[in-house]
Amino acid sequence: MPASGQASATSLPIGSDADLAWVRQQVRQCAAQLGFGLVQQTKVVTAASELARNTLVHGGGGRVEITPLDDGRTRGLRMRFTDEGPGIRDLDLAMTDGWTSGGGLGLGLSGAKRLVHEFAVDTEPGRGTTVTAVAWVTPVPSSRTGVG
Amino acid sequence: MDVPEQAAAGSAPQRVSGFFERRREQIAQRWADAPLFRSVFTVSRDEAVEACKAVVDALSDVTATGRIEDIGAPGFATVRRQLGGMAATRARTGCTSAQIADEVAALRGPAVELLREEFPDPSTADAHESVLALTLVMSTLRLVVMETALTEGADLIERQRQQLLEVATPVIKLWEGTVAVPLIGTLDSARSQVVMESLLEAIVDQRARYAILDITGVPTVDSLVAQHLMKTVAAARLMGAECIVSGIRPAIAQTIVQLGIDLGTVVTRASLADALAYALGRQGIEVSRADAGASAR
Repeated sequence: MPASGQASATSLPIGSDADLAWVRQQVRQCAAQLGFGLVQQTKVVTAASELARNTLVHGGGGRVEITPLDDGRTRGLRMRFTDEGPGIRDLDLAMTDGWTSGGGLGLGLSGAKRLVHEFAVDTEPGRGTTVTAVAWVTPVPSSRTGVG
Repeated sequence: MDVPEQAAAGSAPQRVSGFFERRREQIAQRWADAPLFRSVFTVSRDEAVEACKAVVDALSDVTATGRIEDIGAPGFATVRRQLGGMAATRARTGCTSAQIADEVAALRGPAVELLREEFPDPSTADAHESVLALTLVMSTLRLVVMETALTEGADLIERQRQQLLEVATPVIKLWEGTVAVPLIGTLDSARSQVVMESLLEAIVDQRARYAILDITGVPTVDSLVAQHLMKTVAAARLMGAECIVSGIRPAIAQTIVQLGIDLGTVVTRASLADALAYALGRQGIEVSRADAGASAR
């Protein structure tokens, strides 16, 4: 990614319910500045809310790094949620709609994935979890999905 | 109260306590010109001097008990509120905590100067110990100011949180048998618990058959918020009331669908007005224009 994108990255702690509200607010502000439409803003903020809550509830807290992206043709937003919690033992199961380990609806991970354009989970039992989600201002053609 | 002879016979803190009492007026006069007091009490210098005297008295109390390094010393209790208020005033004008701490530290100089004047020979052990005790108690004062300022900030935030919990969840009676809750802001677990409780109470009190949850003011509906809504709807149903969720904006509707949340079991309407019309219709109440009804007959 370009150096300019890295320079304006914001890192926020996720350690309480109040932090979740702050993360949502910051993501919304950042998305609005990048030119996301209202519907897209809402989707990105909702995805951030789901993933940040996962970081808090399942990962025992962590951080999120919000980075504005610019690939020359369109602008986007990358959110990287990291925790040092127990990790996810069975990722396929965790990504299944309706499967939950914590009494929720079981839509956090799978739902968030549907709300953004790129989605990656890096996890190992005992080593924590990193979830990276990227949303672009306009949907990128499928040929460029591999970029970033 | 202490006469100089007695004070001199005591320990260093007690001597300093006597010094504070004897030189109360001079210290207060000097401090009133220091940036901390001068910038807070801008209107009247007399007020600044009075405030300084209160602090001198507190320091005299603290040193008399010998607890010169204890920020919890009872002597500080009398000036805590005043010091907190002063720190808050300075903070409002744009001072950082470090600057406020520096301003409190700046009070030490004039006091030490006055204390030195009390000793004809400043090289004696008595003089050294007294100056040291004074320096220590002034450092403690600085900590007390910072601690008070921080605690007041935390208290304020906690009070506002509590206020927000209560203020944001009014249950409104719209019609005989119909109540509504306009939800505003973040719907976390604590808030939705308050919402559910007040709604269920209202259903009993008002003998409501219909309850409208309006989420126009909720910026984000994620799976947890949706779950809270569904739980509230289910609880209301157990009480014999039908719940209607209204105010789902287009952006939120699309997000809910993509997220995969199934609100199929919940009656939803676009606006609060639609929800009210639905509730009235179900109760067999028709709303019509008065003049239209008159001319028809």
